[in-house]
Parts: sequence; structure tokens; C-alpha cells
Amino acid sequence: MHQGKGHQRVLVDGSELIVESSVRAGADVFIGYPITPANRIFQYSGSRFQTVLAAPDEITALQWMAGFSATGKLPVTATSFPGLALMVESINMAYMMELPMVIILVQRLGPSTGSATCGAQGDLSLLSGLISGGYPMPTFCISRIEDCWDMSAAAVTAAVELRSPVILLTSKEMVMTTRSFEVTALEEVGSVRWNLHAGNDAYRPYQPEENLVPRFLPLGNDLHQVRFTSSSHDRHGLLRHGDSEALANTLRLKEKMERNLSTFIHYELDEEAAADVLVVSYGVTAPAAREAVAHLRQTGTRTSLFVAKTLCPIPQAYLDTMERYRRVVIAEENQDGQFRQLLFGRRGRAGVSGVNAVGRMIDPHDIIKEVEQHVR
Amino acid sequence: MCDRHFLSSEPLHFCGGCGHHLIARNTEKALQRVTDLRPLDVILVTDIGCHGIIDRSFLTHTIHGLHGRSIALAAGISAGLDAPGKKVIVFIGDGGATIGLQHLIEAAHRNFNMTVVIHNNMLYGMTGGQSSGLTPCGYKTKAFPEGQPYVGYDLCRKANNVGAAYARRVIGTGDFSGYLEEAITTPGFSLVEVVEVCPSYGAKRNPDRTLTEIVKQAGLKVQLYSHPPRESYSRPKRTPVASLLDHNTAIPLTHASTLANPRSLSINGSAGEGVQSAAGIFARAAIAAGLHVTKKESYPVTVGVGFSTSELILSPDPILYTGIPAPDVVIITSQDGLERSGVTIGRMKRGLVLIDESLDAPETAARVVQRNFRGQAGPRSATLVALFHYLGVDPIFPTNSLTNAVQQSKLSGKLNLERMMATSCA
Repeated sequence: MHQGKGHQRVLVDGSELIVESSVRAGADVFIGYPITPANRIFQYSGSRFQTVLAAPDEITALQWMAGFSATGKLPVTATSFPGLALMVESINMAYMMELPMVIILVQRLGPSTGSATCGAQGDLSLLSGLISGGYPMPTFCISRIEDCWDMSAAAVTAAVELRSPVILLTSKEMVMTTRSFEVTALEEVGSVRWNLHAGNDAYRPYQPEENLVPRFLPLGNDLHQVRFTSSSHDRHGLLRHGDSEALANTLRLKEKMERNLSTFIHYELDEEAAADVLVVSYGVTAPAAREAVAHLRQTGTRTSLFVAKTLCPIPQAYLDTMERYRRVVIAEENQDGQFRQLLFGRRGRAGVSGVNAVGRMIDPHDIIKEVEQHVR
Repeated sequence: MCDRHFLSSEPLHFCGGCGHHLIARNTEKALQRVTDLRPLDVILVTDIGCHGIIDRSFLTHTIHGLHGRSIALAAGISAGLDAPGKKVIVFIGDGGATIGLQHLIEAAHRNFNMTVVIHNNMLYGMTGGQSSGLTPCGYKTKAFPEGQPYVGYDLCRKANNVGAAYARRVIGTGDFSGYLEEAITTPGFSLVEVVEVCPSYGAKRNPDRTLTEIVKQAGLKVQLYSHPPRESYSRPKRTPVASLLDHNTAIPLTHASTLANPRSLSINGSAGEGVQSAAGIFARAAIAAGLHVTKKESYPVTVGVGFSTSELILSPDPILYTGIPAPDVVIITSQDGLERSGVTIGRMKRGLVLIDESLDAPETAARVVQRNFRGQAGPRSATLVALFHYLGVDPIFPTNSLTNAVQQSKLSGKLNLERMMATSCA
């Protein structure tokens, strides 16, 4: 960690902080396949990770990652929607096998190849339904430059502690904009510890602990047989066709996430006394929301701010907080308000409105205008 | 009799007459013959297909993944293993090998340490007997009852072509454990394609044809394709940097800025003319003067030609929102830059446009200042010269801060800094 007092500003981009924090948190391997706007993460990883492999395509990337993870290494990759689309089946496999890994998703404008160098927040709906059956995929979001550090570490930690793939969601603007930054503001990041099976008792790869997360042992260890399986399986990791034990094991995957949700909820709530309006945002739009709320307060509009960083599964605390506000304005850089619909469904809720944009960043004035329209 | 058992003595769950029985039994025999190999030294990676139900019968480590991806999964496992003496074996069908052909090529090419056993029963048995990429021409399947209309892949030759030290096709009858043993003891990538018949879908539609005849008529050879063994893939022994941040030294505060509000700059020039490096130096100079800075780059996908744009926000206060809906200052150093920024300039209601004197001054409500950037120190230094000029027009921080930043940059020594400053401040 950089030490010292006073002016300790460096020029960094978010990619640099993401890579450094991930390694410090315990990531071992980076598997890359080039795609804009995630390339800088691949580039920095080439200097920082002990092991870096260039995959020939994104399906291979995820499969190699699963292989590394099955041997007890924590792999990371970075991609954008076209790459994620190829990874989806393999992410489902890793989810079912309960293999830890981090997939950094740098959003860009779609559909399809869209505009590679134009930012967006268009992939949240996809992530919320990524796992067949509607099982929640832990998804963390970078909502300010400091989150490149904090949320990267959180993602690595959650992946290991939940024995699961984890998505770290960001966008082009956050990882490609260079900026002055006070390095002394960074918290220490410690390496995550794997909860390993110990002792002479036979290892059952899917025998849940009290928190519903099974202990881990790597393939190739000399003491216990390890079986990992992508298909429905029992506690031993043996394929079973929909019997009660296999079904219970599958259902546990959802319960595992919900049981442990409180340990990986990250959000910012900046409430102003007697405020009637809550501005909600996440990701690349969150800084605009911060500026908007600061301006509104300066001009006499009592406003609170909510910045979400854990996006899936949606914590109940989010809904409870929003319930307390008559007016909720949700700002996100997509067409129909994907987070808004995750929170309130397609029918929405009285008093909830969205500020949205496609192909451009949401300006703080867009948010100010929406809030003032309802306050007057 | 070997006391090391890799395969359970329980009955296998394959159809009667299925060649998968023989592959499992021959694999057991082969593994038993490999000295010092214990069950927990073996990681069996199985694909989707009838063969994939074998996991429960093996006493080794097992992992059962997706259709066609088992070779890629095995590559990750092989690369991830730390202890020497481990053996990764892949069981995959001809259908899996078809959909995962890229993975097979990649694993053979990079020489990941594994043995791939292809259960080639010439069709998709689990899904009803459709043709695969390995179905021989003329072989009758549910999808092509009149016979497969095209020639199937010769996987052994393909693996050989990309460097596999050992790729052998065998007829899946009798004892072929010796070949499996050879493959298993070959360092790096090895492959054994076992040609067999599916009793449920293959034998009924192709009666009275022996495996040997089918293979011969398909033009395939029952033989070994080999290269001298080469070093198998291992994780590169490299020393990564201890910290990315250690290489990013803090910029000391050496000057002061007069800037009271955020200022956004759009710097537009041509690729290869140092736009991004000059903007980076300017950003460091601004930080040294106590300002907060953001910097964005923009250029066409063909990075070596066309425009190059850098957008900066400078502010006395921390910068949250990094968007620039309309810049306060536009600097243009080339025709590419002018074309890139033309629309932006036309929309400006205020602010400053600083443009090289060789270019046509655009119509805009902003203040336009024309100076000689390109002529002073050449096109490659035009942006830096322009930024010195900018500080002369809009002294938001001392020129000395920029001079210091240039001297501390990679451009130091390559530029005639005194001449640059003298002309820009004139």
C-alpha cells in the first residue's frame, strides 16, 4: 500500500485498480480473450497475474477457468456482451459445479456488436436471468472509481466464500477513463481463505455446511476423491436424474445465495432529513446521480441518494428503503429501466420514475430535471 | 494381479454390446500397468453422451461437464495442477469431438498434458442416432437413412497436423489396452480414437458391416500418427510486478492553479502525432498544480490512421461525473482533428477554439484563436505546442508545471523545449 501524507495523486484508470485489487484479494489466474472495452484489464493482468492464458475464444476461456477453479485456483476474465453470450452455458456449468471464479463484464452499447467504444448499462436484465431456472448470480457493480478497488476484492471474496461464479459489472467509462486519484484512499485488501475439507472422513463435494456452502477440495488431491458434476447430482457429485436428493441439492443453490446475502450486500445510502425524494442509481450513472443530488440539496430540494452495488440477488433492504420514499427516481443508461423493472416489475410502483439514456451518459441535469418536475 | 483399482467392479450401465464397456475395461487395464499411478493421481473428465455415465464407476477423481467442452475443461485442469505425476484423461464421444473440435485442436497444439479417448460410435447415441462430424460417408443413421452424404473428419490426422505426439485410431474390439497405455505414458497431449458401434442405432441400420470394413471404406487408417514427444504445457515461470501501483508514482504538488470551476478540453489531432501522450503530460502538469483530472481517449478502430482525440476535465474539486456534453475548450492541431470536432465546434455557444493557423477557421459562437502549432516543432509535437499556447491564452496553471511534466516524460530530450515555450508565449 502506498504510504505517506498529503498530495499522493496518481493517474490511474479503473482497469488498473480492478486488476491490482483482484490479485491482492486472492485471484490466481487471468484467462483473456480480447474485446473492447475490456482490453485494458487483460493488458494489466499480463503484468500482474502469476498465470495468464490467452484463450482462443470465450467458450474456451470459461472452460479453462472452470478447470483451474476445480484445481483450487481462482480465475478471472474480463469481457463484454458478445463474449458473455458465448460464456453463458459454461457459466451455468460452473454455477452448478460450484466453482469459484470472477467474470468482469464491461458493458458497451448493444444489441449484438453494437458500438464497441460506447458505454451502456444494458446487460442487467440478462444477468438477472443468466442461470437457467432463475437462480441468482451474485453480481457486484462498480459505481465509483474507488469501487474498482473495493468491489473487485468483494467479488473475489464472494466467489470463494460462496463457491460460485460471480459477476463484476462495470462499463466502458469506468475502466477506460484515466483520472487523478489519491492512492492513500485505498483500503488494505487481504487474500481470501478457502474453506477446505479437512480430516480423514470421506469428502462429499456437495455436502453443505450450516451456511449451505459445501467445503472445497481440489481435483488431484492425494487424500480424497473429488467429483464435480454439471448435471443434477447428489452430495457425492454423482449424476442423478431428478431424485429428491438431487433436486434438493439444486434448490440449495438458490437458498445458498439468499442465506448468505447479508454478507455481500454493498450499497451507499446518503439520506437527507425530511427528504421526500430518493435518487437511485448504480454503475456508470451513479457519479451523475451524486452530482445531481448535491446540486438539488444546494438549491433547496431535500433529496436522498441510494447507490446500489450488489445487484443480484436484490436485497430486501433496497425495497424497504425505497418504500419509505414517496418519490423514487431511478437513473440508468438503458432504454427501459432494467434495474427499475428488477425492483418493481413491469407495472412499476406509484411514485417511481426513471431517467434513461441510450448511446450517451446520463447528465446530472437529466436527473435534476426529473426530480424538480415532481417536486414542484 | 494389481492391487490398484481405477474402475469399480460393479456392472457398467451401458447397453449390451456397446463398445463403451470395452473402453472402460481397457482403460482400467492400461492404468494398472502404469507404474506408481494411483487412483487419486487420475482425473477423469467426461463429456455429455452415453459414455458420460461412467463417472460413478471410476474410483479416480471425476468431473462431468458440458457437451463438447470436456477437452477445454481438461486443459484448464491440466494447467492448474501443481503436483507432478497426475494424469488427466478425457472421455468424449464423436459428437462431443465434433462440437468441440476447436478445443481438441487447441489442446493438441498447445500440448496440454492429457489423454483424450474418443468413443467414436459414429453417431449421437444419447439423442437418437443422428449423424456426427465423424460419421463415415455412407454410414446409415436416423438423420440420413440412405447413408451419410459427406466424408467425416479424420481426427487423428487433424491432431497430428497440429503437433500431437501420439494420435492413434484403433478398432474397439478385444484388448487394446496396450495402445491406451502408450497414450497415457506419452508426455503432453495424446489421443486414442476407438471406433466402435452403437448397438441401438448403428448396428440395426448397418447390419453385416464390420468395423474394419467401415473404417477401410471411409478411407481411414488404423494406425498411429506420431511426432517426437515435445515438452508439454506448463504454467510459465514468470515474475509478475509486485504491484501495479508501485509503477505509478505519485505526482508531487509543485505549483498552484487559478482555476475556480471545472474546465473541459477536447484536444483533436491526427493519429501518430502524439495527441494522447501530450494530453497525458498536460494531465500530469495539472495534477502537479493541485487540480483533479479525468482523461478519455478516442480514435478509430484503425488506430494508426485518422483522428485522435483526448478529452480532459480539470477541476479544483473532485470530479464525479466524467461526461463532457459540451467542452469549454476545443484544441485542433490537424485536418483530421478539425473534421472530428466540426459538429462540436458548430454547437458551441461560448468557450474557446484554439486551432492551427494552417486550417480553415470554423464558424462558431466560441472565441477562435489561430496559432502556428505544426510549423513550430513539426506535426509530432503540434499538440504539445498547442497546449503551451493554451496556457498562454488561458493561464489556469503556470507554464512551468507543463515544462516540468515534459521534462519528466519520455519526450524529455527529444524536444526543443525552450523554442517551444518561447514561440508559444510570444
